[in-house]
Amino acid sequence: MAVRELTYVKAYTEALHQLMGADDDVFVVGEDVAGYGGVFHMYDGLLAAYGERRMIDTPISETAIVGLGVGAAARGLRPVVDIMFMDFLAVCLDQLVNQAAKMKFMFGGEVRVPMVLTVAAGAGLSAGAQHSQSLEAWLAHTPGLKVAMPSSAHDVKGLMVTAVRDDNPVVMMLNKKLLGAKGAVPEELYEVPFGQAAVLREGTDVTVVALGRMVVEATAAAGTLAAEGISVEVVDPRTVQPLDTATIAESARRTHRVVVVHEAVTFGGLGAEIAAQVTDAAFDHLDAPVLRVGAPFAPVPFSPALENAYLPDRTRIAEACRQITKRS
Amino acid sequence: MEPVGAVATRTDRAPSVEGLDAASLLDLHRRMVRIRVFETEAGRLMESGDLPGFLHLYVGQEAVAAGALATLTDADQITSTHRGHGHAVAKGAGFRKMFAELFGRVDGYCHGRGGSMHINDLSIGMLGANGIVGAGLPIAVGAAFAARYRGDGSIAMTFFGDGASNIGAFHEAANMAAVLQLPVVFVCENNGYAEFTAQARHMRLDDVADRAAAYGMPSEVCDGMDAVAVRQACRRAVDRARAGEGPSLVEAKTYRYYDHQGVKGLRKPYRTQEEIDAWKARDAIELLEARAAADGVVDAAEFARVWEETRADAVDAIAFARASPLPDPATLTRDVYTD
Ligand SMILES: Cc1ncc(C[n+]2csc(CCOP(=O)(O)OP(=O)(O)O)c2C)c(N)n1
Ligand SMILES: [Mg+2]
Repeated sequence: MAVRELTYVKAYTEALHQLMGADDDVFVVGEDVAGYGGVFHMYDGLLAAYGERRMIDTPISETAIVGLGVGAAARGLRPVVDIMFMDFLAVCLDQLVNQAAKMKFMFGGEVRVPMVLTVAAGAGLSAGAQHSQSLEAWLAHTPGLKVAMPSSAHDVKGLMVTAVRDDNPVVMMLNKKLLGAKGAVPEELYEVPFGQAAVLREGTDVTVVALGRMVVEATAAAGTLAAEGISVEVVDPRTVQPLDTATIAESARRTHRVVVVHEAVTFGGLGAEIAAQVTDAAFDHLDAPVLRVGAPFAPVPFSPALENAYLPDRTRIAEACRQITKRS
Repeated sequence: MEPVGAVATRTDRAPSVEGLDAASLLDLHRRMVRIRVFETEAGRLMESGDLPGFLHLYVGQEAVAAGALATLTDADQITSTHRGHGHAVAKGAGFRKMFAELFGRVDGYCHGRGGSMHINDLSIGMLGANGIVGAGLPIAVGAAFAARYRGDGSIAMTFFGDGASNIGAFHEAANMAAVLQLPVVFVCENNGYAEFTAQARHMRLDDVADRAAAYGMPSEVCDGMDAVAVRQACRRAVDRARAGEGPSLVEAKTYRYYDHQGVKGLRKPYRTQEEIDAWKARDAIELLEARAAADGVVDAAEFARVWEETRADAVDAIAFARASPLPDPATLTRDVYTD
């Protein structure tokens, strides 16, 4: 039961390595995943370990890649489909949203689509408007899909194990800017259950619900605010579909104030959903309206000068916490 | 505007029965008759207002599904299209569950959740009709991938229209299957139209089969009104797939007698009566019966019995479907996820 430090990306690779070792039905398909090991090195070493039968390089054909996953999953395999950048889901959304997500329901319940779709998401690397998005709201809005947003190396591995063992289509959103972040990761296989938020830091004055990399920023903000006498509770939902509303609402009842933070644009984002759910479940306990911290309603800009201003960060999160604690 | 496409490219040969014994001919005949009867009844029920939703009927194209699916076993997987009843029936789907689904009842293939465009039967390798043009193609490639991954000897077949050959999913799936040399057969049912747009106005080739060359895939064109010819062409493609020689494309030139959706077109005609009559004169079922009888391979009484049995089956199935309960709205969010 040894626990070591691993990077976020290595935790993903290790999970997959062990899962493939345990189950011959698991295979990986995508562009440059085999020979090159993935453009983010997510698949380094897996070709050597498992060979070309289970590590499949494909042409640049996102629709056919996801479709291959859907068909193979419907036939009982457990494909891990890699779509390099989350933004590219726009070119193959049909296979994900109209096929994988709906197949079980519209077929009358019998079929299963145990497919994992891994994407690199998130901004902060000057990758521009087409290589930086966080599109979890699109996916969480689709019945039939599950969406995981790990914020640490530990959760990457545990959520990936759960994802591969799940009998539903799951989108794993790996945050590009966290790929090198180190964290303690157990050596053995373990599951982080879906729909179970983690309370990463307990506090009494305000609950910050943060998604993906914003968890790191929220935790940093909480440290700063502690010195100012504001006690922040940080909640990481870890999956946004299913969403652990109960833990969030329970926290809200104790702190009476909620701030939701995500990289995606604020309008129509998960923050709106979480705000509505908190209001439904804990209205009488709230001392202030739920605040949302997200990106402005614009594509992700390129220049660091613009991108830094665009992305929520610890400063903006701290500011929101000060504001919400002041007004009540 | 001149009628274009379909008539110009159809072949005028009579269906041949050469090389087929009575059992094989009767098998083709039964599959075609079952489709014709099912679709005729479905069309009637739609016109009388009994069926909710869209209905893309297969009447006229029976030789394609019958000939193609006579080459597969239950272990082989197919994906289908919006015009999918023929594929389901010819793969062996039952009338009762099919009609019940068209009526939106709990005993339907999808328990009333899918409708005409999502009929599927996993037990016989029918991986679903599809409401999205072209979407079944990549899924069939995935099924073929799974077959080879497991080494179970099965193959996949995917049906698509002339119109669908213009969508990206077709091209991606064809290239993917070719690059990975997967055991899949692409069957293009070229009925000359994509909805109301004639082939000559939606592509600059006469034959969809020509597109296969772009992916290094063998292809052939066959007479889609001749079940024997379709069976032979598909047999060659299926044999290649089973032998590990990769994908092939078979294009069958055919025609739908009814409108794109439903039975009769309500708006301005987009096909001439002349064109429709010319195709109907080569009706696949009539020609197979005439030829087989003339050659003395099958007794006409045998054919008559198939019609009779099939009609009785439809009467039974429609009664079953009408009697089946409506789905309970309390089950609405069931089966969204596998627990
Ligand atoms: C992606 C997509 N675009 C458009 C449609 C609407 N649509 C349904 S059937 C059809 C024509 C398909 O033509 P073809 O592939 O030749 O099949 P046919 O109807 O002739 O059998 C169209 C445009 C659709 N269902 N899906
Ligand atoms: Mg057509």
